[in-house]
This record gives sequence, C-alpha cells and structure tokens, in this order.
Amino acid sequence: MSNPSNLKYTATHEWVKTEADGSITVGITQHAQELLGDMVFVEAPEAGRKLQAKEECAVVESVKAAADVYAPVSGTVTAANADLDSAPEAINNDPYGAWIFKMKPDNAADVAALLDATAYQAVVDSEAH
Amino acid sequence: MGAKMVDFGGWDMPVNYGSQIDEHHQVRNDCGMFDVSHMRVVDMKGAGVRKFLRYLLANNVDKLTMPGKALYSAMLRPDGHVIDDLIVYFMTEEWFRIVVNAGTADKDLAWMKAQASTRAPTLDITDHPELAMIAVQGPNARKKVWEALPGSEELSANLIPFSAVEMGAMFIARTGYTGEDGFEIMLPAKAATFFWNTLAEKGVKPIGLGARDTLRLEAGMNLYGQDMDETVGPLESGLGWTVDLKSERDFIGKAALLANPPSKKLAGLVLLDRGVLRSHQKVKTAHGDGEITSGTFSPTLDKSIALARVPNGVQIGDTVQVEIRDKLLNAKVVKYPFARNGKGLI
Repeated sequence: MSNPSNLKYTATHEWVKTEADGSITVGITQHAQELLGDMVFVEAPEAGRKLQAKEECAVVESVKAAADVYAPVSGTVTAANADLDSAPEAINNDPYGAWIFKMKPDNAADVAALLDATAYQAVVDSEAH
Repeated sequence: MGAKMVDFGGWDMPVNYGSQIDEHHQVRNDCGMFDVSHMRVVDMKGAGVRKFLRYLLANNVDKLTMPGKALYSAMLRPDGHVIDDLIVYFMTEEWFRIVVNAGTADKDLAWMKAQASTRAPTLDITDHPELAMIAVQGPNARKKVWEALPGSEELSANLIPFSAVEMGAMFIARTGYTGEDGFEIMLPAKAATFFWNTLAEKGVKPIGLGARDTLRLEAGMNLYGQDMDETVGPLESGLGWTVDLKSERDFIGKAALLANPPSKKLAGLVLLDRGVLRSHQKVKTAHGDGEITSGTFSPTLDKSIALARVPNGVQIGDTVQVEIRDKLLNAKVVKYPFARNGKGLI
C-alpha cells in the first residue's frame, strides 16, 4: 500500500490530514501498523489537552509491543476516536481511515512543514537498510 | 513464506507469518507448525547415566520407568537458582536424551560436563546442533503428521502424552509448548526442509515465535530468562511441582532450597481494566510489591494476562494493582493455566 499523497507525515510514523476548518486528524501509517502487528489496545489523549510538537500523547499496543504516538505539531486535542476502544484492529485493517485523535494546531505553518508522502517513503526505505 | 524475521540469539527467527492472533487461533482450533530448531538436543550415554541425572536435576528421573517417557525438570545451581529448564527422555538405562533452551545451551553443556567430570567421568555427553526440530501442535496435529510421514502412525499412535519414539533418524515426541496436543519432531537438519514442505502441502500453517509466546503463556508454561533465571529458585517460579524435596535423594540445589523457603511465588493475573500487561511492570498488593515476569494479550480470553512474582500472602481471587505508564490498573489473581485444549479456563 502506498502512502496517500494528500496526507502529511512525521519521521515517527504518524500521518496527518488537514481538515477544511484547519484542524488536523492524526493516525499511524501503514508501515507502523505492519511493524507492530495485531493491535489490541489504544490509549488516546483527552480532548482539551495541550500538546507540544513531538510530545508523547497516545499509546498503541499490539500483542507484541507498546509504541508511543507523538504529537506531530503543537496544539490542542479536540477529539479522540472512541471506536478504537472496542475495535483497535481497525488500525491494522484501515490505517489511513482509523484515526486516533484530532487537534487544532497552534500554527498552520507547522503542518505545512511536515513530510510529504515521498519524503516519508524515503524515511521508511532508510530504516529498512 | 512471508515471514517477519527477527534475530534471536544468533538465529534468524520468524516472529509472525501473517496475523499473530490468527496464528494463535489456528493452533488452538486446528493445527500449526513451528520451526524450533534453535532448541538443543543433548545425549547422555553410558553406564550410570540415571544415577548422574538423579543428582544433576531437581526433578526425579526415577519417575521414568518406561522407555521413551519424558520428564520436565529444572537444573539448579548449588544455591538453588535455575540454570535452565529442560525435558529429559529415558530411552535405555545407558541413554537419556535432554532438550535444553537455545540461549542457555552452551552454558548447560559446560555445567553438565563439569559435574560429570567428578561424578560420572565415563559418561559420553554430546550435543547435536545438527538436529533440527519441528513442532506440530493443535487438535489435528498428530493426524497431519501421520499424513505427512508414512509409517509414523503405526509407531506413534499409541504414544501417551509426554513420551517419545524413534523412527529411523527421526525422534517423535508427544510434547509441546502450547497447551495443545501434538508432536515435537527432531530430525537431521538436511531432512527438515523436505518435512516442513510436506507438512505445508498437507495444509499445516507455519506459526511464528509471537504466537508461540501467547500460546505458552495461556497454557501457563514458564519461559526461561523471563519467568525464571539464575537470580531465582524454582519454588518462587511456579515450579514447585517439579522439585522433589520429600524423598531421600540428594540433588544439586536441594540443601539451598530447604534452607531458604521463598517469600514469593508465581501467580496468574487477568487485567480487569483496559490495557496490556507486560513483563517488568510493578504489581502492588496488600502484602507488598511484586513484578510481572511475562505478560501479553490473550487471544483466547480476549483479555490481557500475565504471570507475576508476588508475595506469598497474595491469594487467588485478590485484586491487585499493576503500574502501567504512571497509572494503577486493577488485575485479578487467578489460578493458571489460562487456556488449554482449545478452551479458556478463566
């Protein structure tokens, strides 16, 4: 599966979708879910929490391991995906649909400065070697 | 086979071929095969081998009276701590076969030879890294092996659990590490690929190390290096049932075990809150702190489970707290195993 070109990415394997109102939706990439394997638990940040860029703010746990999810930019959490409480495997089945949380960025320019799909693929390729 | 590989003590091992949870259910409900060639076979041959093992091992090899019968045992240091856990097969009065863990094999062999040098110098102790091992496990495992290996049914159909039979250069044992029926088959490495491919043609699915770990933990089986090692004894590791302290027999570590009754024991935990129990998480109880030795998500129970070393006062049915990322989550103390023979037991 290729990484959708309409999304932004981080080197720590989060994807970021900019919504019409300027808020962003965050999940983990196809590559990340494949590395972790069967997802069994997701702990998302609560709405209202203020995050600094690169701050640990969520945890995804597979049978194998727990992994931190980092805030892609600074801002305020507006929603967490409660569907993942009962169906964490949605991240395996549809990584770019199963979002983890939404936030309102402090600066739209921070989002624009994230990796594009090509640059993110280069990160994935470099980790494979 | 599309496996995700990982380096495991110098061995390239498959963690999972596809979904680890699917592989787990495959073994509980049908059957699957594991490449466990990293396990090391050690043969002890010569007069007096039984007498030597009676002293070397914490469990009593005198329980082995029928050729082919196997016994699970710990091998202890003089201070009562665990060097390794192993399976010993009685073949003849002049041949016992031992299967030890991969990571400890060289250490084990050196220890066995050092003990033999003074107590049984004429014994021949030889390891067999040239032997591969394939485990086929699950309710349909034996049937599939019989289909894949002509002539094996006649020899192994009447094998009782925890016993083995030779078939030419192959060694077929009705043992395993999953809590399911099945065989572990030792055979020359050069024949292993052919056998593996034949099993695959019969529809046996390959299973990775990831599912092997969730299966063994559900079955309440210890993993050396996690649930016990050279810093603890068998009595605080849930292995009291394998240690015979009542008979007259002396064995390495016995005096230390009698002199130092443990203050902790191994208990089963089921997480009541949402999350996943993992090794090394702290367990808070009314009787003091403990620690998780193995934890995972149980696909059979659809809950997180763990083995934990806790103070002796902790009882089945107690609720304890597990520290996970600065939160205290509730877990219930349960009698384990958690699942065997296709069914959850909690």
